[in-house]
Amino acid sequence: MNRSFHKSQTLRFYDCSAVEVKSKFGAEFRRFSLNRHKPGKFEDFYKLVVHTHHISNSDVTIGYADVHGDLLPINNDDNFCKAVSSANPLLRVFIQKREEAERGSLGAGSLCRRRRALGALRDEGPRRRAHLDIGLPRDFRPVSSIIDVDLVPETHRRVRLHRHGCEKPLGFYIRDGASMRVTPHGLEKVPGIFISRMVPGGLAESTGLLAVNDEVLEVNGIEVAGKTLDQVTDMMIANSHNLIVTVKPANQRNNVVRGGRALGSSGPPSDGTAGLLGPPAPRVLQNFHPDEAESDEDNDVVIEGTLEPARPPQAPGAPAGSLSRVNGAGLAQRLQRDLALDGGLQRLLSSLRADPRHSLALPPGGVEEHGPAVTL
Amino acid sequence: MLPSLCPRQCQLVTLLDDNSLHLWSLKVKGGASELQEDESFTLRGPPGAAPSATQITVVLPHSLCKLLYLGTESGNVFVVQLPAFRALEDRTISSDAVLQRLPEEARHRRVFEMVEALQEHPRDPNQILIGYSRGLVVIWDLQGSRVLYHFLSSQQLENIWWQRDGRLLVSCHSDGSYCQWPVSSDAQQPEPLRSLVPYGPFPCKAITKILWLTTRQGLPFTIFQGGMPRASYGDRHCISVIHDGQQTAFDFTSRVIDFTVLTEADPAAAFDDPYALVVLAEEELVVIDLQTAGWPPVQLPYLASLHCSAITCSHHVSNIPLKLWERIIAAGSQQNAHFSTMEWPIDGGTSLTPAPPQRDLLLTGHEDGTVRFWDASGVCLRLLYKLSTVRVFLTDTDPNENLSAQGEDEWPPLRKVGSFDPYSDDPRLGIQKIFLCKYSGYLAVAGTAGQVLVLELNDEAAEQAVEQVEADLLQDQEGYRWKGHERLAARSGPVRFEPGFQPFVLVQCQPPAVVTSLALHSEWRLVAFGTSHGFGLFDHQQRRQVFVKCTLHPSDQLALEGPLSRVKSLKKSLRQSFRRMRRSRVSSRKRRPAGTPGEVQEGSAKTERPGLQNMELAPVQRKIEARSAEDSFTGFVRTLYFADTYLRDSSRHCPSLWAGTNGGTIYAFSLRVPPAERRMDEPVRAEQAKEIQLMHRAPVVGILVLDGHSVPLPEPLEVAHDLSKSPDMQGSHQLLVVSEEQFKVFTLPKVSAKLKLKLTALEGSRVRRVSVAHFGSRRAEDYGEHHLAVLTNLGDIQVVSLPLLKPQVRYSCIRREDVSGIASCVFTKYGQGFYLISPSEFERFSLSTKWLVEPRCLVDSAETKNHRPGNGAGPKKVPSRARNSGTQSDGEEKQPGLVMERALLSDERVLKEIQSTLEGDRGSLNWHSHRAAMGRSLSNGGAE
Repeated sequence: MNRSFHKSQTLRFYDCSAVEVKSKFGAEFRRFSLNRHKPGKFEDFYKLVVHTHHISNSDVTIGYADVHGDLLPINNDDNFCKAVSSANPLLRVFIQKREEAERGSLGAGSLCRRRRALGALRDEGPRRRAHLDIGLPRDFRPVSSIIDVDLVPETHRRVRLHRHGCEKPLGFYIRDGASMRVTPHGLEKVPGIFISRMVPGGLAESTGLLAVNDEVLEVNGIEVAGKTLDQVTDMMIANSHNLIVTVKPANQRNNVVRGGRALGSSGPPSDGTAGLLGPPAPRVLQNFHPDEAESDEDNDVVIEGTLEPARPPQAPGAPAGSLSRVNGAGLAQRLQRDLALDGGLQRLLSSLRADPRHSLALPPGGVEEHGPAVTL
Repeated sequence: MLPSLCPRQCQLVTLLDDNSLHLWSLKVKGGASELQEDESFTLRGPPGAAPSATQITVVLPHSLCKLLYLGTESGNVFVVQLPAFRALEDRTISSDAVLQRLPEEARHRRVFEMVEALQEHPRDPNQILIGYSRGLVVIWDLQGSRVLYHFLSSQQLENIWWQRDGRLLVSCHSDGSYCQWPVSSDAQQPEPLRSLVPYGPFPCKAITKILWLTTRQGLPFTIFQGGMPRASYGDRHCISVIHDGQQTAFDFTSRVIDFTVLTEADPAAAFDDPYALVVLAEEELVVIDLQTAGWPPVQLPYLASLHCSAITCSHHVSNIPLKLWERIIAAGSQQNAHFSTMEWPIDGGTSLTPAPPQRDLLLTGHEDGTVRFWDASGVCLRLLYKLSTVRVFLTDTDPNENLSAQGEDEWPPLRKVGSFDPYSDDPRLGIQKIFLCKYSGYLAVAGTAGQVLVLELNDEAAEQAVEQVEADLLQDQEGYRWKGHERLAARSGPVRFEPGFQPFVLVQCQPPAVVTSLALHSEWRLVAFGTSHGFGLFDHQQRRQVFVKCTLHPSDQLALEGPLSRVKSLKKSLRQSFRRMRRSRVSSRKRRPAGTPGEVQEGSAKTERPGLQNMELAPVQRKIEARSAEDSFTGFVRTLYFADTYLRDSSRHCPSLWAGTNGGTIYAFSLRVPPAERRMDEPVRAEQAKEIQLMHRAPVVGILVLDGHSVPLPEPLEVAHDLSKSPDMQGSHQLLVVSEEQFKVFTLPKVSAKLKLKLTALEGSRVRRVSVAHFGSRRAEDYGEHHLAVLTNLGDIQVVSLPLLKPQVRYSCIRREDVSGIASCVFTKYGQGFYLISPSEFERFSLSTKWLVEPRCLVDSAETKNHRPGNGAGPKKVPSRARNSGTQSDGEEKQPGLVMERALLSDERVLKEIQSTLEGDRGSLNWHSHRAAMGRSLSNGGAE
């Protein structure tokens, strides 16, 4: 760890306009650099990549890890340009054979947003650039979904919020209130929990599925009736990495129509994930999405052995080659706490840590380890 | 609020704030006496009368018939029949009737105001005395309905005492004077026999109660409350005793609610012959021996004031070895030399509680740097020993100066009595954590300014130097500035310590933040301590630091700036609001005029309402935001734990130290402790072996290692003393980590998650405190199981099974709003627990059916030895059980023993009453009435 750390320091200060690129194909890594300010055309980049990897004769898709740790496609000039400019400090590029990428997504059921990242990656290859219709790089990470449409009454909505990394707030406030209920004794006022405010730009607001004055009925399958505001708050926070809230929307006009297609995006995620469990190599890309359905099993990070005392917080950024070695959350965690990294990488790392068992299923030989051993 | 005992009936009448009367009686149920409410009653005047007409100021239970005489603000005396509370309107003694029967010359003055005093003739039950506030006193013949005598004083009347033989009246007045009036038929004598102002000549405060007690020797005891010179001593709470040329003004640290004197019980005796003065102050009960020269105080066998200085923490140790127990008692008995040797003069009933099965200690840490050791084995907490850590440090005030500062010739002759002393010399002295090893007698005590003291029990007084060590928890972290308090300055050179626990090592954390966790391992001779910055390990055998570890997150700026812990600030604000409330209560009581209570009620309601409205207007909302790594106080060390377990590999076990932080991080250090024969030669070594970051980042509140049989590891030295089976070191050990949100079991040495129970995600409650409790079987003596006793932030108590983490039972125990109660809760090792229900009372509960502590007593029936009013035994217990809701009953609620009533039951009524007490003084109590009638009840009770 120390060794790589110093290496990166020298690299980083060598030339600020250069962007380190670490390109990975299967178990192989290649390193090169690009000019941050003049990245050039996507086509040139594609050629450069296949050339450096000596795979000129095969058709590949290129993806990169964005600051949130999501795998996003590079298939046109715009998203290439975005990828380079947002690289901080290093651009991680992942290459897959097209057929593998396709095989990996064959099992996917209905088209969900999560899939689209792959779909875009698959379809918008260099061959079919005429078909190019994605203008700007989008954030393809799943944000939210309406689930259990068939179980929940039409007047209610069950929303899953996919928390992203550790840092991002869920972005809403709840309050106490009263709602009218029809009971055998007639209309009755009963205490309830309501959404009182949305944080502008926060996760909840960005989904569009929750709104102010929606009544919260359940949190992860547990009814909130009879619970205090503080209890409900604590329940939501404790479930925050896989929060499922059932609400009664204040606005009842946008309800899901039974039998029709679900509003918004996905169906139950379980059917989507089942198809993904293929052989390891093609899983590399898909598995970058933390599997939210399973991340309920929170995995604590265990670091074995003695560690050096914390470094001063002003230490420079991550080592160039560190990511390949960060296959375990322990180191990631360590880095995050000790090095006070730039926000982007930190979040990337934290997203890796979110699910170490599923993150980066590296092919044999791809694992290099320095520093303490990591369990789990 | 105003209890009076009914003569011969074993009955108690209480007058509440809302002017309602309640009748209680002692019933024997299941072999034990219980106080029950029989009846309640509100006095109603004629329609259209002002509310003051029926506002009761004094209650007199008559000795002969079952009658209550009720003095009111209007000056009328109403008569009510017991036990049904039937108003006897024809027997009302109206002020007009009295006026008509007065001689002409007494009638011209406006002499009627409220009734201040009502007394029955000590010998003749047909005569009662009525004292009106303007100064008129009449002796009324109940049968003839006429005025037998009248006395007119020029000053506002406060109270009256009727001498034992009925021949002399002593009245006390608002200007600080008292007058003696002879009661003789020869002439209507308007002039007093004698009138004097004891603390004159300058203006004095009122004497609110006076007692004039005759003795066989001839010289009487004059005992009165108040009357101090207004300008210089007007703020003191004093009771003066004058006898045989001696005069002492006992100076109490809290307001005197009432006092009485224990005298010769036989009403036929010619003299009072007082032997003890019993004073109920707002914060404690004080008894003074009047027979021994110098009038020393009597040590309380119960009702000790727990909160002499505010309780800051508590620690419970079960099953104390007899040897240690005796040594602590011996050390404590030497501290009690100034107490009277008199036997406890109050005898009430027989305790039926069986002798406690074991000796339990409850240690309370206080704001003033003291630790008090309480015998918590039985129903009543009894103070055994008091340890002060102040001597180790240099404080502004030298403790020696205060005691004998009062010179001999001081006037008034003040003498401080009582133990309640809420003022701390230095808040940094406050005790935050206590850890006692019952086998070795080692005690570790840690405080607010990062001080950690290790003490050893010594039966002899010793003069020794305390070794001082600084533990720099920040190590080489730079750029941080501590903005909080400085660390305490320790005395250099040898200090003399009295027998008991004597400190020998002082570790001072740097920065001097409050110590948040403490663990002592007496076998390895190690003490671990943690603050908001990190934790350290100290070898108290070799007296050197083993290591320190900084737990700070680089972004954790707040922790570095000062003692800003949320827990503490909450406590502080709570304490402040308590103080504020108390202050407002006191001042409002003093402010309240003798006007119509209706107005007063409205007025106070008005002043309170804006506050409430403001609170309600602010919308309560909660932000939903996950815990992040950047949250402040993540480095705050919440728990420390020593264990001998498989930390590194599954073949060899070694000593280890575990630390859990507020940010959900657990650090494990493997320790190498040299064998006993080389213990002084080789250093203790520590090496970090593991670090676990809990995904949900909730604060770690407990760490525990389970042995191969899934039994928690025993305490150090427990096995060596043959009190526990040695742990199973064959099977694989497991690590249990309890965070605020979940319980999780990991395997050792490879820390992989095995099972968990998510509490918060399911219930929305958080774990506040967790402890292993041994639940013994009631049938089989040798069978028992270990489970977790858990207290949540909602005040619920749950039992979670080990090792499978299944929730077993759940009770709501503490009100969820009672933050200080929840924070003060401490579990015992046998499934019991204590928590503070007020700053001065512990409530005790039990989760185990095997260990129940119940107050069971039998109060002797009053019928047998019933002479003077209220001779029912056990009077002291009666008022407190009634738990009157009035604010003034505070003083009586300081009875630690009596609150331990139930096995895990929170009495809804009691809670409501406490709440109403806290919410402020909304009642319509008239303070005059309170004082006056309270006196009656107490003197009734005390007469034996």
